[in-house]
Amino acid sequence: MPPERFYDVAVIGAGPAGLAAAVAASDAGARVTLVEREERPGGILKQCVHDGFGLIRFGEKLSGPEYAYRYLRLAAERELPILTQTFLLALERDAEGYRLRLQNSRQGVFELCAAAVVWAAGCRERTARQVFIHGDRPAGIFTAGMVQYMVNVQGYLPTRRCIILGSGDIGLIMARRLTLEGARVLGVFEIKPEPSGLMRNVVQCLHDFNIPLHLSSTVTRVHGPKRVEGVTVAAVDERLQPIPGTERTIACDALILSVGLIPENDLIESSGLPLDPRTGGPIVDQNLMSCREGLFCCGNALHVNDLVDYVSESGETAGRAAAAYVFTGRRQRELIAVKAGANLLSLVPQQLDRKSGGAVTFYFRSAHTLKNALLTISAGGQILKQKKYLVLRPPEMQRLVFEQAAIPHNAAELAFAITGGGGE
Amino acid sequence: MKIPEELTCIECPLSCTLRLKETDGKIEVSGNQCRRGEEYGRKEALHPCRSLTTTVATGYAHCPRLPVRTAGEIPRELLFAALREIKKLVVREPVLTGQVLIKNLLGTGVDVIATGELNEQDI
Repeated sequence: MPPERFYDVAVIGAGPAGLAAAVAASDAGARVTLVEREERPGGILKQCVHDGFGLIRFGEKLSGPEYAYRYLRLAAERELPILTQTFLLALERDAEGYRLRLQNSRQGVFELCAAAVVWAAGCRERTARQVFIHGDRPAGIFTAGMVQYMVNVQGYLPTRRCIILGSGDIGLIMARRLTLEGARVLGVFEIKPEPSGLMRNVVQCLHDFNIPLHLSSTVTRVHGPKRVEGVTVAAVDERLQPIPGTERTIACDALILSVGLIPENDLIESSGLPLDPRTGGPIVDQNLMSCREGLFCCGNALHVNDLVDYVSESGETAGRAAAAYVFTGRRQRELIAVKAGANLLSLVPQQLDRKSGGAVTFYFRSAHTLKNALLTISAGGQILKQKKYLVLRPPEMQRLVFEQAAIPHNAAELAFAITGGGGE
Repeated sequence: MKIPEELTCIECPLSCTLRLKETDGKIEVSGNQCRRGEEYGRKEALHPCRSLTTTVATGYAHCPRLPVRTAGEIPRELLFAALREIKKLVVREPVLTGQVLIKNLLGTGVDVIATGELNEQDI
């Protein structure tokens, strides 16, 4: 392969995670290329015209496109190549690192090589077929992100009267956006007893516009052979089963789904890379290296984030570590497991490389809403760190920096558990 | 103006339910667990403000919408009037991120700025 086709680090995806990774790897001296399947870089931020991005990183409330622009400028200053409208067909390991088979309309199918790869492919939305919605399959059933694209990028209003199923952040944001654009959002229905989006969004997107939020309720049927004409909703019991007699039918022209996001890892998963069933992303160490040497993962492909600031942070960690991996050469890792115990919904990283010392940044979510909770980190029964939280909620990911020096040398694993507290 | 009886505080993840009471033009806040809650409750009761984000039409088929926002917060009751004003705008020339598109929106002292770009390649 000619040398111009050989890079130190190839970054898959030019959204906020990939851009941050590419900039960090480049600043560490690596030759970097980015691969992006869309026409323009920036990822999902391009369609997130609402504000609130960058509060932690820049101390400002930016809109999605502005946040993306800051990183696009950093990438442009470093003249990082971005292969747009380019699909990754295969990723194979060889003696020198990774061989990427790519395809676009300019070069056809072609190959690039990279000593390390940063996987930053983001996530995708759960669809109607994945939440068992029965009835006809008319036009007018959309995911919230699809509606966001239609309204904000294409300039179409795909509904006049709609129901939103699921209270994820994109659904809440779109409830406000559609209301401002003149549509009527008749209600948001959430099967669980608490909202799955951030409280800030419940208040500013629903309360502000008197949009009702129906908890412990779901959509049981969609009506209309060609276009959505209405939906049947019902209350659910503790086992999330519809309660007979509570059904009512609401006339509407669209059903919008905000029922969860799934990290996009099909290509690396099919190659046998172990994923964490809690996050849907690869199992990684604190350098965000997966179980495969030289393959790093960050952003929403690693685990679904609620703040882009943390997406960028993980991109920087992965990019910097990928460059270091390339320059310091391969070495044996000394991995110990990090166990997500009681009351943890997810925990990243899932393992620690004891050979790279220093502080480790952990991200976790609690499995339920817990008040006056106590997080305990221990090794072999010995408590290493405890932290109190007035409240932990599953929609709000927590970030915790932990000094590795506290871990005994002979520790076989590190265990996280949350105790105390209770629901509301 | 009638003040709401209850509010959810969004200053931190605790999400306290604030109860508001007006006596002789003064707002009393209860249910909060810290001072930020009290300030939030009072501000929300008297002058709730929000930033407004939306898009405006462009003259370019390849890039039909340009995202915009208010550069700061405006009174919440002006949101729909502000939106009608912003919707009158059609952008027909290249625009840079951060460029002011409307000065002093509805006399609020707050500008409307572009949060995306329209450059030569897009047109």
